[in-house]
Amino acid sequence: MKTNTIKNKHYFNKNRVSENIMRLLFFIAALTSVGAVLLICIFLFGNGIPAMAEIGIFKFLTGVQWSPTNVPPSFGILPMILGSIYTTAGAIVVGVPVGILTAVYMARFCDKRIYKCLKPAVELLAGIPSIVYGFFGMTVMVPLVRSFFGVNGSTMLTASVLLGIMILPTIINISESAIRAVPESYYEGALALGASKERSVFFVILPAAKSGVFASVILGTGRAIGETMAVIMVAGNQPRMPQGLLRGVRTMTANIVQEMGYAAGLHREALIATGVVLFVFILIINLSFSLLKRRDK
Amino acid sequence: MSKFLKLLRKKWFDWLLKIALRLAAVLTIGVLFIIVGYILIRGIPTLEASMFAFKFNSDNQSMFPALISTVIITLISLVLAVPLGVFSAIYLVEYAKRGNKAVGVIRVTAETLSGIPSIVYGLFGFLFFVIFMKWGNSVLAGSFTLAIMILPLIMRTTEEALKSVPDSFREGSFGLGAGRLRTVFRIVLPSAMPGILAGVILGIGRIVGETAALLYTAGTVAQIPSGLNVFTGDVFWQDSARTLSVHMYSLYREGLYIDKMYGTAVILLLLVIVLNTVSTFIAKKLTKK
Repeated sequence: MKTNTIKNKHYFNKNRVSENIMRLLFFIAALTSVGAVLLICIFLFGNGIPAMAEIGIFKFLTGVQWSPTNVPPSFGILPMILGSIYTTAGAIVVGVPVGILTAVYMARFCDKRIYKCLKPAVELLAGIPSIVYGFFGMTVMVPLVRSFFGVNGSTMLTASVLLGIMILPTIINISESAIRAVPESYYEGALALGASKERSVFFVILPAAKSGVFASVILGTGRAIGETMAVIMVAGNQPRMPQGLLRGVRTMTANIVQEMGYAAGLHREALIATGVVLFVFILIINLSFSLLKRRDK
Repeated sequence: MSKFLKLLRKKWFDWLLKIALRLAAVLTIGVLFIIVGYILIRGIPTLEASMFAFKFNSDNQSMFPALISTVIITLISLVLAVPLGVFSAIYLVEYAKRGNKAVGVIRVTAETLSGIPSIVYGLFGFLFFVIFMKWGNSVLAGSFTLAIMILPLIMRTTEEALKSVPDSFREGSFGLGAGRLRTVFRIVLPSAMPGILAGVILGIGRIVGETAALLYTAGTVAQIPSGLNVFTGDVFWQDSARTLSVHMYSLYREGLYIDKMYGTAVILLLLVIVLNTVSTFIAKKLTKK
């Protein structure tokens, strides 16, 4: 009898030790994401900021001339910053109305059978690799724009429309769940006051889901500004100030991928610094997203 | 007729909205059909046996080595990211106490990670794994970069899966005298398995479709990474290799084999469709329970 209790106690202690070891292990695993963010910040800023200082931060951010192989070279990334902002804005103009309307339709109007088709379709739209989107843009949209407007088809317009398509799933998924989260009583109240179904949804439910819908737009913006491969294949990539909807444009992401392969020395560091600027944009977008989500709670 | 006008005046707004809603949904689904249809219809006829030749050469531009490299890079990334992601989620859901400050930090960083675009991951991987760690352009550098990239996805889906396990399961297990660890591994994880699996499959989809993060980490060599000699250090994970997506980008960059891109696009698209279907199927099974 006595040996038995001792054995039990022993077993119990061993258990407790493994309990604690595993708890520590889980905690360390959870810290990897913190470590990853720290490492990313250290290595990007550590490599990019010295280059910015060498070029001159003001000259780097507001210079309109990007000619890294000239003698002397000039590293101004304003054209690329504006290129990114313009194409992203275009993507929002194209993607947001369609995305929100589709989300409203999916959440409140379509019957189950249609929903069962729409939902996987949106998931698939999210899953298509960006290189395939780019390929589609290159082989279908670029010739279309060329024959329609009589210009070289690789334009800001092409890139914006393609990006608009690519951010659809982000906007649809998040907006849909935001719309679904609105209490049913709002809708019933509006109906009881005599509003039609459409009016109830648009003037009561949608405003109530406002912050979730906004969040989806912000996240879509982040997607669009960070998109690389698809943009490269349709935007033309000329490193000059954007000259209009029907002219070629180069984004920050395209700048990095296009030249990283052969760049060396200060040129390479300037590309990393471009990445830093992009990263700061993304951090700002992320920050406003989480602020919006917190306010939502 | 005047009746119709009266109705129109009263209902024009509703009708307009109704039309706009349906138009948007048709547009969304139409775009998908056009993209998928175009690539399949144009691409499938271009598929031929030489595109799957075992060795890549400039004549056949075979995608077979890229297919193998995709599998290898996917497997290594998953081996790294899945345990880390699942363990993180276990800590957040099962262990962390309420008001734990670390949890807030971990959540914020995971959210930040999921918002970082792949080109920034690529830059980081290049600076850290390729240059700082001196791994060179290699399968390993690419896999580590991708592992960090899909970590937040695995964490989030696992968290959701763990949260969907009813508390009564845990209470029952505690009541029978099991410790926390045993409860997690014997009771909670098995019931959360479908959700975790669905997340892992989504992660595979992201890896398969990734290009920008791999270009300057895993590189663009078109052969199968081979070599198993651990002693001389000539192991396959030190070789540079291209995945299918990178293969497609290289074809585009070289500009000589645009036609071969159709075939690669078809294979990529089919892979993504299969992965998506499996993932939704598993997720559906989960909700049925």
